[in-house]
Amino acid sequence: MARLEVKIGDLSFKNPVLTASGTFGYGLEFSDFIDLNRLGGFVVKGTTLHHREGNPYPRMAETPSGMLNAVGLQNKGVDYFIENIYPDIKDIDSNIIVNVSGATISDYVAVCEKLNELDRIKAIEVNISCPNVKQGGMAFGTTCEGAAEVARAVRKAYSKTVIVKLSPNVTDIVSIAKAVENEGVDSLSLINTLLGMAIDVERRRPCLSTITGGLSGPAVRPVAVRMVWQVAHAVNIPVIGLGGIMDGRDALEFMLAGATAVEVGTANFVDPAVTMKIIDYMDDYCNRHGIEDINDIIGII
Amino acid sequence: MDFHVVENRHIHELYSLLILKPAEGTLPELMPGQFVQVSIDNSKTTFLRRPISINYVDRQNNQLWLLVRKAGEGTRALCEKSARDTVNLLLPLGNAFSMPGQGASVLLVGGGVGVAPMLFWGAELKRLGFRPEFLLGARSANDILELDEFTGIGKVYVSTEDGSLGETGLITANTILSRHTDFIYCCGPAPMMKAVAKKAREVGATCEVSLENMMACGLGACLCCVENTVKGNVCVCTEGPVFNINELTWQD
Repeated sequence: MARLEVKIGDLSFKNPVLTASGTFGYGLEFSDFIDLNRLGGFVVKGTTLHHREGNPYPRMAETPSGMLNAVGLQNKGVDYFIENIYPDIKDIDSNIIVNVSGATISDYVAVCEKLNELDRIKAIEVNISCPNVKQGGMAFGTTCEGAAEVARAVRKAYSKTVIVKLSPNVTDIVSIAKAVENEGVDSLSLINTLLGMAIDVERRRPCLSTITGGLSGPAVRPVAVRMVWQVAHAVNIPVIGLGGIMDGRDALEFMLAGATAVEVGTANFVDPAVTMKIIDYMDDYCNRHGIEDINDIIGII
Repeated sequence: MDFHVVENRHIHELYSLLILKPAEGTLPELMPGQFVQVSIDNSKTTFLRRPISINYVDRQNNQLWLLVRKAGEGTRALCEKSARDTVNLLLPLGNAFSMPGQGASVLLVGGGVGVAPMLFWGAELKRLGFRPEFLLGARSANDILELDEFTGIGKVYVSTEDGSLGETGLITANTILSRHTDFIYCCGPAPMMKAVAKKAREVGATCEVSLENMMACGLGACLCCVENTVKGNVCVCTEGPVFNINELTWQD
């Protein structure tokens, strides 16, 4: 058995495999398929201060080796999460991370302050990169000033591990990564979805109700690996890599590029047990290559 | 759960009937109205599973029937599967049709590939002592799917747009929909289901429809397949696919 444990800030993960927000519900949806306790961590659905209905249907379109979504942060709000969902998931022996979104800085702060009181939530992932909401969301994540402003406010409001999720829809992701790092956050995760669009040619209509949406799946992976490689070598905090990871090989690609941990997203839709297979693959890979500690291969490219 | 393809019946240029058998063991409990998520491993461009409603469960032979319309790349690839190929299914998913009251008259309405869940449900209703009747609609006689199977269960009314079988016109104009029925179950294209829902209200029938919103996960995680209901946006995969029309915002 290779050592698969990794650290993000002060937080230890039993292995580097996490699930990506918005693709894994609250974990329980997958409990028929996997042992949630085996996950390094899981990031629950993007949570906002107030209930959000999200965007109208249709919200999804499959594209070659990818999918566009425009869910628009549908969720019942942080208070509902605390009262109705947290009690059901808090005893899962894994790192439970809440993804936080807001339209304004004060929204982010209010959600963070509430989550800070929950013992079993050890970290938050701050979403400054959702492409599917009209206000806030990606708007913060596309400028150094906006990204830093959210990071600063959240850092003050939340005392535990803060991960900031970056948007790939920018000219220079490295400068934004550095701006966020400067505010004292613990980690960066990347990439969120790439802004995309698809048209139903026969009906001459956009496939999504919102016209544009976020592209995920294997189609985005080379872009994600490149961005993780650039960012991981430019900052001094650990990076969590995601974007189109479908199997163990893909996950290791991100780690070699510099990711300390990975998040598995769209692949959960195809194979709800894929995370377990990725953990097993990592162990097997280390044994095959004589690697005693997976940390030894992080960022060697 | 892995299944072997026992037979792929190419019943129509646009449809295949896949007869599947578990690679190991027996079928789990499956209810009419539920669906499966089929993994498509032989498509060059798609990778997501495809939600397909359960067409029929043949317990005696431990077989599951899926009626598949070649709607796009993924379903086309699925329809190319042949005997002895393997497909992976997540099942059972979603809710089921509600049981009608004792002795109720029931009409099962299927348009196009929407006939699929009605065969399993009709057979189950008959087994439980009901006398299900069917209304099937399509463009032409040749497009009415599984007519022999339906006829074996109960009386079948038909509408074809070209008049080649049954009444001429859209299924929603069939005279049987103007007769009182206690319970109408309906599956088909959204405009058709909305029109049937309206008819059901007019004749005072309880009505359930099976929606086929586009899905990614099928497990209630991705929130892509939502339908706007009186409770807000809900996942068709977990809260449905079967909805009472009073839960939907189709009141107009």
